[in-house]
Amino acid sequence: MDKDMDMKLGEIAQQKALWESKHFTEDLSKSNEGWGGSVESELEFQRLYSPDSLDLDYLSDLSFPGEFPYTRGVQPNMYRGRFWTMRQYAGFGTAQETNTRFLYLLKQGQTGLSVAFDLVTQIGYNSDDPLAQGEVGKVGVAIDSLADMEALFKDIPLDRVSTSMTINAPAAILLAMYIVVAEKQGIAPSKLSGTIQNDILKEYMARGTYIFPPLPSMRLITDTFQYCAEHLPNWNTISISGYHIREAGSNAVQEVAFTLADGIAYVQAALDVGLEIDQFAPRLSFFFNAHSNFLEEIAKFRAARRVWAKIMKNRFKAKNPKSLMLRFHTQTAGCTLTAQQPEVNIMRVAFQALSAVLGGTQSLHTNSWDEALALPSQDSALLALRTQQTIAYETGITDTVDPLGGSYCVEKLTEDLEQAVWAYIDKIDELGGAVRAIELGFQQNEIQTSAYRYQMEIENQKRIIVGINKFQMQQDPPQGLLKVTPKVEQEQKQRLATVYRKRNQEKVEAGLIRLEKAAESTENLMPYLLDCVRNYTTLGEICDVLRKVFGEYRQENTF
Amino acid sequence: MEKGQRIRVLIGKVGLDGHDRGAKVIAQALRDAGMEVIYTGLRQTPDQIVEAAIQEDVQIIGISILSGAHNYLLPKIFELLAREGAQDIQVIVGGVIPEDDKAFLKEAGVAEIFGTGTSTGDIVNFIKQI
Repeated sequence: MDKDMDMKLGEIAQQKALWESKHFTEDLSKSNEGWGGSVESELEFQRLYSPDSLDLDYLSDLSFPGEFPYTRGVQPNMYRGRFWTMRQYAGFGTAQETNTRFLYLLKQGQTGLSVAFDLVTQIGYNSDDPLAQGEVGKVGVAIDSLADMEALFKDIPLDRVSTSMTINAPAAILLAMYIVVAEKQGIAPSKLSGTIQNDILKEYMARGTYIFPPLPSMRLITDTFQYCAEHLPNWNTISISGYHIREAGSNAVQEVAFTLADGIAYVQAALDVGLEIDQFAPRLSFFFNAHSNFLEEIAKFRAARRVWAKIMKNRFKAKNPKSLMLRFHTQTAGCTLTAQQPEVNIMRVAFQALSAVLGGTQSLHTNSWDEALALPSQDSALLALRTQQTIAYETGITDTVDPLGGSYCVEKLTEDLEQAVWAYIDKIDELGGAVRAIELGFQQNEIQTSAYRYQMEIENQKRIIVGINKFQMQQDPPQGLLKVTPKVEQEQKQRLATVYRKRNQEKVEAGLIRLEKAAESTENLMPYLLDCVRNYTTLGEICDVLRKVFGEYRQENTF
Repeated sequence: MEKGQRIRVLIGKVGLDGHDRGAKVIAQALRDAGMEVIYTGLRQTPDQIVEAAIQEDVQIIGISILSGAHNYLLPKIFELLAREGAQDIQVIVGGVIPEDDKAFLKEAGVAEIFGTGTSTGDIVNFIKQI
């Protein structure tokens, strides 16, 4: 920084001190500022931000959009070129029902699909498994075999939509099914675009749908990295997720830090099996939460981009600019939705979505107002989509890139967040990396502590939630909520029975034997999984073989 | 509850549901209120829940469920409690339970249902009154 500028900043700091002494008493408790408005993380907000608050070097800390360190965004023209993908997470009941919802959302102007699978599918069981009873089709769509996947994407040309799938432990298997559905539509894998979540580490830490232990799970992930690098160049092979870490109760700093530490573990695992950094890193993607503290969230997205770019450049020596870019999906924070006065959720979602767009998201899911009560109805899902369309087309914030860049407050918060994130990443490195730290329960304990503090702040009125601990009202519960009929389970079991009857059993068994052998070796499993799903081998059968070879993860009870 | 006796509670996650933020927060709050709390961890079957409750000699089972499988899994728990002659153990439920299902669950034997937005203090008070 040159001397003139230093003098200017010194003068501003002096003037600011004068202004403060003129208007404020030293003791905050005697002023009316101890009101404890919105608190979200460990970051401290200053009364006023000014140029002297910052330690900012424009060219190295911000630079221009599309340039390292990508603080201002990953594309040079951001939303002036193209809006973010409006991608509403949907799925319930049978594949046919969800297909109907998908077609409806696409007709209403949604620009990408996002599949919610039921827990049975996410944990690798068939719908007729004893453990599946009562759960089939409840929190997402039930998929047992290729037959269900064909029904799910009926009349949807897979070369014309991008599809995101929230699937982790069995992600490679669902990807294989998707590839085969496309094959049957006459579409080559190279034409497919979309995302599998494929992020097992946050499952151990926060979300709970793990199957196998860490080591074989990491192998399935690097197998997909390698396979996609060769065959699906437009596929996001992983969506490294902070969303669920935040939902489990972390603060903003922990959300970013634990996510990027997971990212480091995935990159290292891929390098360890011999992949080249610039071969797979451009297809890594991320997923964050848009919580309620508007300014802090905007700063969070910007800080996450900056830290990741530095990690990839300095630590992993990536050369391809695409390897350095943190591209991310955002979902508004489900945990902030209230069952009380639920219409207020419409406002919460809109503000949260606005922060995601001001933070430069690549795709967005806006929650429906009724989600603290049930899965979203068609009407509430439509309103959530309309919220995004209003931001895109009416607010004008998309007319310029990174409109809050240079805001003293946002830039300072971005700096503060970055510092706090590095401190956690260093700590996790010290513990031996993300996998080891999870085994030690480090992240789980940090999240648990934050979650409890958050709840106590609400109960002690330090954190105000409209309609929960202030402005309460007695209301009748809303009508017209979505209900998944118990018939779904029976229907799904019948469909599965038909699959068992119609397929070639010998081919199925031979494929499973080949898969088992491959799983015992170090071969890439993707070709074997493709082979199995083509023969209508079920998800449960495939996972049973892998459970036999890999074993099952058991959660250490850290509580 | 008899005076002087420390209240013992089992907090359980039943079924495949992985949401444990609420369960852990409640467990911690009950502990802070002086109760003995056993937390089961994820993915427990109704059998495992009932077995643990009897083994740990708890007076209260708190089930956390957000997966929508409550109408199937909770009656199973009552069936098993009855079979083991342990109907004196009270069962409370927290999570996302649609209004329409509440009467059915109360009928099945649930002592109280605590939805989202409940203060942990309300749950502590309820348990102390049982």
